[in-house]
Amino acid sequence: MNELQDLYREVILDHNRSPRNFGTIENADRVINGVNPLCGDKMTLYLKLDGDLIEDARFEGTGCAISVASSSLMTERIKGTNVDATLRLFDDVHAMLMGQSEPNDSMEKLAALAGVRDYPSRVKCASLAWHALKSALTGSDERISTE
Amino acid sequence: MNASRSNELGITGSEQLAAIRRQFPALAQQVGNKPLAYLDNAASTQVPQSVLDAIQTQQGLNHANVHRAVHMLGERATVSYESARDKAVDFINAPSRDCVVFTRGTTESINLVAASFGGSTLKPGDEILVSAMEHHSNIVPWQLIAERTGAHLVPAPITPEGELDTDAYARLLNERTRIVALTQASNALGTINSVKDLTAKAHDAGAVVVIDGAQAVPHFRVDVQDIGCDFYAFSGHKMFAGTGTGILFGRSELLDRMPPYQGGGEMILTVSFESSQYNALPYKFEAGTPNITGSVALGAAIDYLGSLDAKLIANHESTLLDYATRQLSAIDGLRIIGTANNKVPVVSFVMDDIHAHDLGTIVNDEGVAIRTGHHCAMPVMDYFGVAATARASLAFYNHEQDIDSLVRGLCRARELFG
Repeated sequence: MNELQDLYREVILDHNRSPRNFGTIENADRVINGVNPLCGDKMTLYLKLDGDLIEDARFEGTGCAISVASSSLMTERIKGTNVDATLRLFDDVHAMLMGQSEPNDSMEKLAALAGVRDYPSRVKCASLAWHALKSALTGSDERISTE
Repeated sequence: MNASRSNELGITGSEQLAAIRRQFPALAQQVGNKPLAYLDNAASTQVPQSVLDAIQTQQGLNHANVHRAVHMLGERATVSYESARDKAVDFINAPSRDCVVFTRGTTESINLVAASFGGSTLKPGDEILVSAMEHHSNIVPWQLIAERTGAHLVPAPITPEGELDTDAYARLLNERTRIVALTQASNALGTINSVKDLTAKAHDAGAVVVIDGAQAVPHFRVDVQDIGCDFYAFSGHKMFAGTGTGILFGRSELLDRMPPYQGGGEMILTVSFESSQYNALPYKFEAGTPNITGSVALGAAIDYLGSLDAKLIANHESTLLDYATRQLSAIDGLRIIGTANNKVPVVSFVMDDIHAHDLGTIVNDEGVAIRTGHHCAMPVMDYFGVAATARASLAFYNHEQDIDSLVRGLCRARELFG
C-alpha cells in the first residue's frame, strides 16, 4: 500500500461518499462553526447533550474527503459517550494526527485518519472537526479556525 | 511523436524548448519517482540560472547598502540596483525612471496607492470601482481605505464565462468614481481584460486607474503608456525572479502630489525635529534599505525574458493552453471555470464529487504541482458557486508531458473516488 492509498483508505472514501450524521439538530445544545482558511473548508457541528452525555452529534458543511470523513467518523464515534471520555478521545486522536502516537486498537475506524501524517498540509483537514468538538465541549470560542 | 503533432504543438518537444528547460534547475527534479510537472506558475514561477547567478554575484560580491557609501562595493550595489530600475522602466515602457518604484510586490504596490493616493484624495461618498474577478490584494487595500475615508467599494460584475461585464462596468462609472482598480489578467480564471479600453472609459468618467499586472507580465509585453493607466503594479516572483520584490509604476504628476507611504531613511532630503523634507521621486516611496538583491534579480529576469523570442513563446503558451483545455475537457465530470475568449494560460476546474484539495494531493503523486483552493479570490468562487477550484497555470517552460501527467493524475483521482 503506498502513501496515497494509505491516505484514501476505503473507510475514508466511504464516509466521504455517504457521510453519517450529516445535517442539523434542532434545539442543539452546542453549535460550533469551524473553518479552514487555507482551503475554505467550512463545517458546523451540532451537539445534543443529556447531562454530560453526548446524546446526538451531527454536522454540515463543505470540505475535502479527509475533512468530511473525519467529521462523519467523529460524530459516529462520540454519540453516546460522555464528555470526559470524549475529551480524552480528542487528545488521543490529536496525538495520532500529529504523529506523536501510533494508532491503537481503541481507535477502531478512526485509525484510518492516521494516513494524513505523511501529508503535513492535510493534517488540518482531519483535525478541523476535532477542534470544533473540543471547543463545543469546553465552551471556548464559538468560531474555530485551523489557523 | 509524429511530425504533424510536433507541428501542432509548436516548440513542444523541440530542442528550443529543451534548451529553455535546461535553464531552470528546479524543473529537472523528481517528485518521488515521477518527473516534476510544475503547473503552479500563477502562484510563483521558477527561476532561471542567469537570475540565480545574478543573485549570487550581487549577494556574494557586490553586497553593500545603496545610495550612501563612497566605497567600491557601495558603488557597485548602487549601480546594479539602479540599473535594475532602468530595466524595469524599459520593460513596461514607463516614460521615465522617476515613476518606477521598487516595492515588496504587487500587494505592497497596491497598498501604497490605496493608502497614499486614496488616503489623501478620497472623500465620503466617493466610489472605488473594482471588478468581481480581483485578487484579494486588489480588494482589501481598497476596503481598508474606504473604511477610513468614507468612500464606497463597488464591484463590477462578471459573466458566466468569467469575463468582465463591460456594459455593467460602463454603467457603474459615474461622477463619484474616483479610482478604478482592475486586473489585467485574472489569477483565478485566466481572463485577460482589455485594460486600454477600460482605462479610457474610466478616464472619461474622471477616475484614476490602477492596473494589477501580476499575471500579465510573465506572459506578454506590457506598455503602460499605451494602456494609459495611472498606476501599474507587478511582482518579481511571478516573472522568474525571487520573492519580496515588485514594481509600482505611477504617473509622476500623481506620485509628486502623494504623501510618502512609509517614513525612514532613503526617502528624505533633510530631517530635523521640526520637519523633514522628502526626497525626489522615486526615492520618496522607498523608505529604508530596499531588497537590493531581489531587485537585481528582477532586473536579471527582465534580461532573461528579453533574450527569448517573444512571438515563439506566445505561440507556445497559446498552444499549451489549447492542449490543456482540450485534454481536461475530455475528462468525465470535469468543468472548467473561466472560459473567456482571451486568456493567459490558466485553467481552473472542478470535478464532480471530488474536492479540489483531494485532487491536489492525488496529482502530486504523479509529480504534478497545481494550486487548489480559493486562489485569494473568494468573490470569484462565490460567483461560480464553488468553495474551491483546482488550477493548472502554465509558463513558457512547460511542455505537453506536464499536462499529460496532470491528466493521468486526474484519471487516477476519478478511479480512486469512483
